[in-house]
Amino acid sequence: MARAKDWLVAALVLLLGRRTRTVRAGAPRLVPKRETDDRAERVALLLLGLSSVCAVAFIVVYALDRLPAQTQLLGLALGLSLLALAAALIVTGKRLVPEEELADDYPPEEHPAEQDDVEQLVDEGVDGISRRRLLKLGLVGAGGALGLAVITPALSFGPFFRVRELVVTPWRSGRRLVDEAGRPLRAAELEEKTLYTAFPEGADDEQQGSPLVLVRLPRQELDLPPELAGYDAEGIVAYSKICTHAGCAVSLYRTPLFPPTEPHPALVCPCHYSTFDPARGGRVVFGPAGRPLPMLPLEIDGKGYLRAKGNFDGPVGPSWWGVRNRKAGS
Amino acid sequence: MRLPVLTLIAALALLALPAAAPASSPRRGEQLYGRFCASCHGPGGAGQTSSSQIGAGPARDQVVQGGLGPPLRGVGARAADFYLRTGYMPLRRSGLQPRRARLLLGPRQIDALVAYVASLGPGPGVPAPRPERGDLSEGQRLFADRCAGCHQIVGAGGYVTGAVPPPLHTASAVQIAEAVRIGPYVMPSFSERAISNRQLDSIIRYVEWTRNPDDRGGWSLGDIGPVPEGLVTWFLGASVLVALCMLLGKRLRG
Repeated sequence: MARAKDWLVAALVLLLGRRTRTVRAGAPRLVPKRETDDRAERVALLLLGLSSVCAVAFIVVYALDRLPAQTQLLGLALGLSLLALAAALIVTGKRLVPEEELADDYPPEEHPAEQDDVEQLVDEGVDGISRRRLLKLGLVGAGGALGLAVITPALSFGPFFRVRELVVTPWRSGRRLVDEAGRPLRAAELEEKTLYTAFPEGADDEQQGSPLVLVRLPRQELDLPPELAGYDAEGIVAYSKICTHAGCAVSLYRTPLFPPTEPHPALVCPCHYSTFDPARGGRVVFGPAGRPLPMLPLEIDGKGYLRAKGNFDGPVGPSWWGVRNRKAGS
Repeated sequence: MRLPVLTLIAALALLALPAAAPASSPRRGEQLYGRFCASCHGPGGAGQTSSSQIGAGPARDQVVQGGLGPPLRGVGARAADFYLRTGYMPLRRSGLQPRRARLLLGPRQIDALVAYVASLGPGPGVPAPRPERGDLSEGQRLFADRCAGCHQIVGAGGYVTGAVPPPLHTASAVQIAEAVRIGPYVMPSFSERAISNRQLDSIIRYVEWTRNPDDRGGWSLGDIGPVPEGLVTWFLGASVLVALCMLLGKRLRG
């Protein structure tokens, strides 16, 4: 807190407390004094203020999150803020900043005294603005508020990045599979040619490692790689529902009604069409995904309920650096 | 070899047509079946499920290979009604994805064919959904969960690798109910245990609602997602801005 205060004071001192340049006293003016344009200054300040207010309004609307027509209000606030900022800059540029073209021979460097003249020229030339510092402050205010408005939605991105969280899943040996209503799934009620979504019993459904996609395939069609042997339960196979490419929900199941003339069964991600073969351990058969869908080993308990027999064979979710060196953990 | 047989069947059917006009529906259906369906679905709906049945092998050309079709015994009036009234069947060539098309057959011919296919074996009848009984918000939840992955959240249709999920804007309530239960082409099928009839009513009610959705975000752009929205922003918005800049620049120069 104290540190923040120090920073604030330092910033204010930098902004307001700097020494102003001293102009030679008593020297005759080189540029005739210009009228200050009070009206234009007021307009510019007003516009900068309006821009700030609109940017703050964006933040407020975003934070409230309950207004009707929120989308339109957000767009309106940000748009007006940018518009007012642009108008303020136009007014400043056209009315307040003096426009003058002075053609002169470049002064030879061995006459440093003439440099003073140039400095004086520059100083007196911008005399047309009386509240220069206030204008600058207004500009900084509008720019800062607008910047804040633009980065506010980033707060919704979630917790900051921690790799360990990415490999943790709620699955462990013996945990039952439940549907979205929390009802335990029986192996006998799963049919072929359709897909089911399942979650771990008694765990958070929102976790990345939770959702499963379940399909039942005829056992003779299963062709699991050797390291995944025994992962199925009577032809029922379970994969993470989170695509290994960009993390969308794998919600498409392509299942032919008449296999001789139609495409093979496949799990497809609707975002970029990564296509996985459920009969062969979630192998990628098409699309941008770089590794197979993580598979969850299943077993059927004495009462016919489906239970996990362990954790996934690989990390769940979109791929990142080093994902292949990690194992799913609990 | 297939072509002469087909021609023969067609010729026989044509010869039989005038005489059979007053005959009963299944009989007329059988004639139509012989003319439009039997080349792939086999005589009497037995189906042709392997290439040896039609004398084709891996070395034969695609047209011959294409004569495969599923058996129709036991599919019932439900499947026949769906495939014929959507124009999915008769298929131009076996192996293509059936698409909604202009109906080749008239309504009475379809009635006759449906009756004939239903008579091939006991099977499910045409469903009678009642969408007005359904619940819109439950329908949306179910649709988002089960259907939207392929058919897109407002039923605009989409793509799966190897197939094209159709848009649902022209599907009738009965056709939606039939498709959910049958799972045409590569669509999953949903039994009454997976989606109850009441839930199906809700889904249909939602699909019907999507034809006139409530566009909270303003201009819907066909509700097909962020890509067209971005295109409009860049091409429309950006060109307006550039035009504005050029106007301002012209005024400054002038």
